[in-house]
Amino acid sequence: MTDRDWIVTEDELNAYVDDELPADRRSAVEAWLATHPDDAARVAAWRRQADLIRERYGHLASEAPPARLSVERLVRRRYRPVLSAVAASLAAFLIGGAAGWTAHSIHSERPSELTRFASDAMVAYRLYAVEVRHPVEVTGDQRPHLVQWLSKRVGAPVQAPELDKQGLKLVGGRLLPGPTGPSAFFMYENPAGERFTLYCGHTNDRETALRYTTRDQNGAYYWVDQNMAYVLSGPMETGKLHEVAQAAYDQIDRQPVPQGG
Amino acid sequence: MSEFRERIEAAIPALRRYARALTRDAETADDIVQDTLVRALRSEHLFHGGDMRAWLYTILTNLNRNRLRTLARRPVLAPIKDSDATTSGPDSGGRDIVRALEMLTEEQRSALLLVVLESLTYREVSEVQGVPIGTVMSRLARARNELKAYLEGERPLLRRVK
Repeated sequence: MTDRDWIVTEDELNAYVDDELPADRRSAVEAWLATHPDDAARVAAWRRQADLIRERYGHLASEAPPARLSVERLVRRRYRPVLSAVAASLAAFLIGGAAGWTAHSIHSERPSELTRFASDAMVAYRLYAVEVRHPVEVTGDQRPHLVQWLSKRVGAPVQAPELDKQGLKLVGGRLLPGPTGPSAFFMYENPAGERFTLYCGHTNDRETALRYTTRDQNGAYYWVDQNMAYVLSGPMETGKLHEVAQAAYDQIDRQPVPQGG
Repeated sequence: MSEFRERIEAAIPALRRYARALTRDAETADDIVQDTLVRALRSEHLFHGGDMRAWLYTILTNLNRNRLRTLARRPVLAPIKDSDATTSGPDSGGRDIVRALEMLTEEQRSALLLVVLESLTYREVSEVQGVPIGTVMSRLARARNELKAYLEGERPLLRRVK
């Protein structure tokens, strides 16, 4: 065997410490460590770190959890999220931010209706996506009722796209104020707890293709279709937003033109 | 109690351990665990019968990320409340593991803790963090090298901004 076959990478050293190596590489790494004291010292140091971490925090797993974390209790009582204070401060920030936006618009070019839709939708996303207990007014298991109610209030048929293929279930929806009047807001969630929202309302703007905007760590795709403005918002970082937006866009695009519309 | 709820209940001690090490604050840790439980219990219909443990760690990790994001937006930084930190100063050789963990980025800390404290496999961590296994491994390697340098005194102590 040549030396090349024996070169052990840093990834392999890590995998060795974590017991993630196949058996044949394991013995290769052991042989390597016997002749490379620097690497052997690193591995020993990594193991010591792990021991220190386990010594410091391991005992918590054998400690009885406090009563407030009992499942029975959490199910029985309707707990508000503990971190609602965080949500409240976020709301305050958003209101401040919205005022800033309005002031800005007076002194510069007036933003299009669609831009205002995108802005309002992202504010709503930031406000409600962090809500644990009360993210929606009507839950997703009442989909027909939800869609009927929101269509009536918005004054035009709205729809909640099926996003099961994207791993998303409808959490539910709520009615929100919008740039032109009442707007519908649907929230979806995947098993990882990531949330995506669709915000829509009536607009006089012309039809557009998908457009994209970001604010902080969130992104939004927005477009106009048959006098309705749509904004699909979600987290940017996991790269699923575009796929979700495209799916929603395609479904809404395929809807037949309403009679006389 | 349903099997679903029993499995959640059984995971609570480990979730507390992870949350505590992740946030370094007992109160915040239990707050996040509670929100994780509320969200999991409410999302029974979203759970497809896969790996319950990885699912709960995913929710907890995401909630913590949201929390940090909100904190980061606040104009005034609150002082770091670290109920686990020893009172011994850096001069008394108090380069302890808690302070060392503070040196890491959120992703590095989460990856390392999930592997060494929670015994998740690389594959499970990649699911929890929503990144490829290669990314998990580079986070682990960086975390370990940071900790080593810090614990051996090669790096200056973090200067906390008041």
